Amino acid sequence: MATSLTINGDARSVDAPDGTPLLWVIRDELKLTGTKFGCGVASCGSCTVHVDGFPVRSCQTYIEDVAGAEVTTIEGADTDVASAVKQAWNELSVVQCGYCQSGQIMSAIGLLTENPKPTVDEIEGYMWGNACRCATYQRIRAAVQRASEILEA
Amino acid sequence: MTLEISRRGFLKSASALAGTALVVGYGADQVLAQPVTAADFTPFVRLTSDGTVTAIIKHFECGQGTATGLSTLIAEELNMPLDRVEVDFAPADASRYGNTLFGGAQGTGGSTAMADSYLKYRTAGAAAREMLVGAAAELWGVPIAAVALKDGVVTAGDRSAPLGDLVALAAQRPVPAAPRLKDPSEFTVIGNPNTGRRDSGPKTDGTAIYGMDIHLDNQIVAVVLRSQRFGGTLVSHDASGAAAVPGFIRSAAIPTGAGVIVYAQNTWAALQARDAITAQWDFSAAENRSSDAIKAELMAAVNAEAAFDARGTAAETAAALENAAQVIERDFYFPFLAHATMEPMTCVVAPTETGVMVYDGCQFPTGVQMAFAAVLQIPEENVEIKTLYAGGTFGRRATQTGDYQVEAALAFALNGGQQPVKLVWTREDDIKGGYYRPAYAHKVRVGLDADGQIVGWDHRIAGKPIFKGGPWASFMVQDGVDNSTVEGTRDTPYALPGMYVGVTDGDTPISVNWWRSVGHSHTAFVMETMMDMAAQAAGQDPVAYRLSYLTDGTPDQTRMANVLRLAAERSGWSDTPAQGHWRGVAVHKSFGTFVAEVVEISGTAEDGVAVEKVTCAVDCGIAVNPDVIAAQMESGIGYGIGHAMRNAITFTEGEVDQFNFPDYEPLRITDIKAIETHIVASAEPPTGVGEPSTPPSAPALGNAIAAAGTRVTHLPMTANGVAFA
Ligand code: FES
Ligand code: FES
Repeated sequence: MATSLTINGDARSVDAPDGTPLLWVIRDELKLTGTKFGCGVASCGSCTVHVDGFPVRSCQTYIEDVAGAEVTTIEGADTDVASAVKQAWNELSVVQCGYCQSGQIMSAIGLLTENPKPTVDEIEGYMWGNACRCATYQRIRAAVQRASEILEA
Repeated sequence: MTLEISRRGFLKSASALAGTALVVGYGADQVLAQPVTAADFTPFVRLTSDGTVTAIIKHFECGQGTATGLSTLIAEELNMPLDRVEVDFAPADASRYGNTLFGGAQGTGGSTAMADSYLKYRTAGAAAREMLVGAAAELWGVPIAAVALKDGVVTAGDRSAPLGDLVALAAQRPVPAAPRLKDPSEFTVIGNPNTGRRDSGPKTDGTAIYGMDIHLDNQIVAVVLRSQRFGGTLVSHDASGAAAVPGFIRSAAIPTGAGVIVYAQNTWAALQARDAITAQWDFSAAENRSSDAIKAELMAAVNAEAAFDARGTAAETAAALENAAQVIERDFYFPFLAHATMEPMTCVVAPTETGVMVYDGCQFPTGVQMAFAAVLQIPEENVEIKTLYAGGTFGRRATQTGDYQVEAALAFALNGGQQPVKLVWTREDDIKGGYYRPAYAHKVRVGLDADGQIVGWDHRIAGKPIFKGGPWASFMVQDGVDNSTVEGTRDTPYALPGMYVGVTDGDTPISVNWWRSVGHSHTAFVMETMMDMAAQAAGQDPVAYRLSYLTDGTPDQTRMANVLRLAAERSGWSDTPAQGHWRGVAVHKSFGTFVAEVVEISGTAEDGVAVEKVTCAVDCGIAVNPDVIAAQMESGIGYGIGHAMRNAITFTEGEVDQFNFPDYEPLRITDIKAIETHIVASAEPPTGVGEPSTPPSAPALGNAIAAAGTRVTHLPMTANGVAFA
């Protein structure tokens, strides 16, 4: 069954049965591989994308739920907030293996878009669901604060 | 290529694989004795006439920072900023990219990448510099001493040329056998804390490619239905239920009985199809016990005579303990642990004219070549490998059986060997899939004299050995003792009188593997808990007590004492902690690197512990990339503390109880509030940093919780009476 949606600004029609996770549509059909598969059960955040501007776990979002929606993946994240976040991530050398980082960044963009000056508690609360097996958390915390500074400047 | 696979052929090749020693003769002095082409100045650096400088990285990048570290060495000797050096991963070719510390096999592990590469890459960079400078001198008719290379430009007096212009001429020159290396006083890139990582860009914009991201034309996806119990074999399976899954192609039983390969057009279809397939298994040779029985077996073993002596004799230590004023004793238990890399295992195989191309976050190219060669019955050199970024390893991507690569080879072969096949593991496959850090029990009795000084140390360990029976056994097993079971105990830098270490092997079909810091992942916990308990029994400060066993003036003791003093000083050890806060300390040497950590907590085991701060001091020799070192300390500390807090793989009648992150809960952003790293200035050769911060982290936490009133020595802590805030 064909479903129409917008991905990173492009109108696309995808042919996937109902119940197919958006994650696998993005990765296997649309070949946008920046969005990662880490757990498939909404407990790691590696698959985070934005649907109509809000971060969601694409592994637990089904194709039929995003008909007509605007989906943004890491490849299409190009707002001012997104560039501030990426800049901060680079400045603080946050990444290690990097596999969780698209999801971390998509969550951080969501946070700073809603709340440009989050407290440490707010950062931790918002980012809690994004696991990093390399334990880059200390730098994630600092980089979100740094991105907030960049945005303020 | 075409190939045929028969059950007999496969069994023959599988046993050939299991019995092969992974040794390829190779010496560091051969590094430069390679044919030079216009582009490849040495195996490790490539220069092109457009001025691009590329470091060819012989160790995979799993987050530990090798891409940054090895290109730093090239940048330094070529006098250029690190961000001008591109990185590319080496092909599989042990003759050029072997790890001398692995007997010449090409691979990464044991925190050896920098130790093995430091002189090789600097020599390569220096050779390229001398060839460029020599080319300019020849071209311009000036003495070599008059030519300089800096920031990609060659100059002599008022002449200058971009490096790229000299590449063709330089490539004609012989590769100098012993180029002049820069003096450390001239370093501008090595030791610079502000260089940044070379892999940040692609890992922040989604363009970094991992095995999971490979999509080749005509590629299909394979997943494997495996036995739910270790040691089970497939009897039969019924795939009729999968026929209705759109995209399902077919299933194939693995001839050894290891499972059923399920083929589909895409990942989701493969997973749906696998769920619809039923299988019958023979569990007669399987592990059918529950965790409690496995634990009971190991605990019984450490309370009995040990099978093998690793240091000293039980009788002499028993005599010393007889005369002790007091004996403190404790038993310890460490559960099986999964590595749980964020990217589950995956591997793509595509046919080539003569063999295969393997796309893998490849930790051990030589072993992977052997695995594919054995399964597909083709020469090893016809197995090409494209090494990709790896989404973590912690040891998992290199196993002695080449487990997931063998599965990929089988999936490729059983599909006819004509079409690219991508093998995908899910998180559930990973959590339930074995190759765990083995479970271990320890029992230690320490005798103290009337002054609280140690007079005897009886230390017994039981667990399934990692190396015994495998291809590395001749290096790692002596007199029945698997070094991975005891490392960090018998070789402790502490001057411990009357030490006995005895080992008994655990026996289970559960597959085991090295896990970040290998034996040190449990031995450091035991050593540093017992030192803490001994200090307490002696009524002495835990730091001072440890230092009193590090006074012989040997290099190891001096370096260990230095990191301990530094961590104590920077953590404010001598000041009373804030009300309701407690501190614990641990120090350990692993992989040639010394790390001390002070963990400060608030709360208690009953009310909930919060990790307020970890202060870390490290001596890893010359600090090539200080910020990468700090990042690895942070990572290893998080890994050690997270697992000690709440992770275990447990079994009910042979089946793994956990399935995914909800019940193998990763460390989260709230778990450790701050980590601070201090690096000891050193002129010693660099050693590794990927693992050594893990061993002291859990005992330092345990010692802090003990200071707050509760000593916990069976892990994980949450299952043994410790609540976390
Ligand atoms: S893959 Fe979606 S949350 Fe883990
Ligand atoms: S950087 Fe490796 S999982 Fe986060």
